[in-house]
Amino acid sequence: MGYQIPREAADQLFGWLAEHYEILAPKVFAGEGCFSDTDVTRYGTVRSLSEIEFDKKSDYSFKEALLPVNETLFYFTEDQETVPAAPGKKRLVFLRSCDLHALKRLDAIYLENGREDFYYKRLREHVLFVLIGCPESCDTGFCVSMGTSQTGDYDLYLKISEETVWADCKSEELKAFFGRLPDGTCAETAVSPEAPSENKETVTLPPSFSEDILSNPVWESYGSRCIGCGRCNFVCPTCTCFTMQDIHYRDNAKAGERRRVWASCQVDGYTDVAGGGSFRKTQSDRLRFKVLHKICDFEKRFGFQMCVGCGRCEAVCPEYISYISLINTLVKEDA
Amino acid sequence: MSLDINTKKAKKNAYRISKVRGVGASRIRVPGGYLKAEILGMVQKIAETYGNGIVHLTTRQGFEIEGIRLEDMDAINQMLQPIIELLDINQTDKNGGYPASGTRNVSACIGNNVCPFANYNTAEFAKRLEKAIFPNDLHFKVALTGCPNDCAKVRLHDFGIIGMTMPQYDPARCVACKACIKGCKSLSVDALRMENHKIVRDEEKCIGCGVCVTKCPTRAFTRSKKKYYRLSIMGRTGKRNPRLGKDFLVWADEDSVVKIILNTYRFVKEYIDPNAPGGKEHIGYIIDRVGFEEYKKWALDGVELLPETIVNQCVYWDGIHYD
Repeated sequence: MGYQIPREAADQLFGWLAEHYEILAPKVFAGEGCFSDTDVTRYGTVRSLSEIEFDKKSDYSFKEALLPVNETLFYFTEDQETVPAAPGKKRLVFLRSCDLHALKRLDAIYLENGREDFYYKRLREHVLFVLIGCPESCDTGFCVSMGTSQTGDYDLYLKISEETVWADCKSEELKAFFGRLPDGTCAETAVSPEAPSENKETVTLPPSFSEDILSNPVWESYGSRCIGCGRCNFVCPTCTCFTMQDIHYRDNAKAGERRRVWASCQVDGYTDVAGGGSFRKTQSDRLRFKVLHKICDFEKRFGFQMCVGCGRCEAVCPEYISYISLINTLVKEDA
Repeated sequence: MSLDINTKKAKKNAYRISKVRGVGASRIRVPGGYLKAEILGMVQKIAETYGNGIVHLTTRQGFEIEGIRLEDMDAINQMLQPIIELLDINQTDKNGGYPASGTRNVSACIGNNVCPFANYNTAEFAKRLEKAIFPNDLHFKVALTGCPNDCAKVRLHDFGIIGMTMPQYDPARCVACKACIKGCKSLSVDALRMENHKIVRDEEKCIGCGVCVTKCPTRAFTRSKKKYYRLSIMGRTGKRNPRLGKDFLVWADEDSVVKIILNTYRFVKEYIDPNAPGGKEHIGYIIDRVGFEEYKKWALDGVELLPETIVNQCVYWDGIHYD
């Protein structure tokens, strides 16, 4: 159901939503960028529409709304374990089409890849998704190439201006909030999400790659530039790896907690095993593993590509390693 | 041709008297070394009209237009006027050139307009200081640098301002990748360590350089909202006792730094050797004579420091003694 609402009424409606839900959305954290006097756009809790960054793609993806950077799995004492309570409030998560497509990848890994993940599932079941449109392509995205530029899988779509808010609500639960608006403020109208028809960047993946790409010199040429910081993984909406940490509290080592924490296949330690071994020692090997997982290996298992073409890894790399150029070089040389 | 030049007045007007009789040089101050490119064209025009076509880039980030005839000073002052106005230099007589030269150009590294390591906008702070301290005949050298790398070599100045940030750590965003620990160890002072998979910062060791912030891939480390400064004092070059400046304040705020420098002008006016040649005595030598305790009393007069500011109560300098 599409609605057109004056901004003032929409702000009131958002206030009701914020009472009922924890609303997670991209917002600008002023001065918290990498460099002095720069900002970062990442996910955080918001209580008003004006806090949400609608115009610029977030530097970090939505995934932390479902996969906290640090998540305590259980607390332990000498003879007991306690699982922390699930968040009390349901969540509303604002995100763009590329990220909503990434959700399908997270579900594949955490719900359809053998045993369901308890922690992911209990959060996921209580999340509603609000789509932010993209009236034009961002600089580094290639969502059109990856087939992720459009989606109908949202609970609510919102487009805002200073005076007016347009909504397309598919969720019965959320429609009830629109019903609370005073008569005459909520006009029914057809609303469909804005989506780019083309991007500045294009990536054309072949149905499959030959085994020759494993020894392509591209891995060494890009790998030798990589500093192994892991930013590409941390900003990626489809990277889901974590590592485990057991913490024994300083004042009482018999009590503690087990956490899972985001991990990066580019950072030292990822492939370390008992006995001091490590499988992928060079950045070239690590880069090859990551890229082929995104555009080849995941697809072999699940039948669709892992990469959604959001372009965040391209935008964040401090060494200007272009994921897009790398893939296009591979595709060209493997043809 | 006879030349009747008041050299004291000419020097105060920012002209150098050169080794060639009748020939001098015009010195242009550029606070923070930060200028619009159109000024370069104006400098070129003066050099080609009144000079020998050569411009020296000074060690203090100004220009020195060589080969000008001393009798042309008034005409050159007219041509300097748009430069002085564009750079917003305090002036007493319009079209009269620079009203003083004792307090030198405030120099700075490129700062956070460009440099990823810098912790503040050095050009803006340099301009604020220039407005506060110029014109003044007393010999003060002030320089600013964005981070403890000190590319601007501020420790060779009477006042050296070094940018700092107080690292803010959010353990909930930390993935224990150790990028900050490795960065701090290899590029800075090795002030970070891991305990229970989280970072512990040695607050006494940390110099506030911000390397941990630039290295962090998840925004677990961010910069403090407040900008902080380390104030190094009384560094100097020169014949008798060249030495590096020592820290007076650590984790200081901008207002306190400005106030302390202004207070120092009052201190110098009170204690400068009345027989100093050309009324010029380096502040450091005055403090050496009067004692640091007395200087501190004047410097901190009316200054409201932040609670987190560390004041070095006793500052001792070393350096090379030829005296």
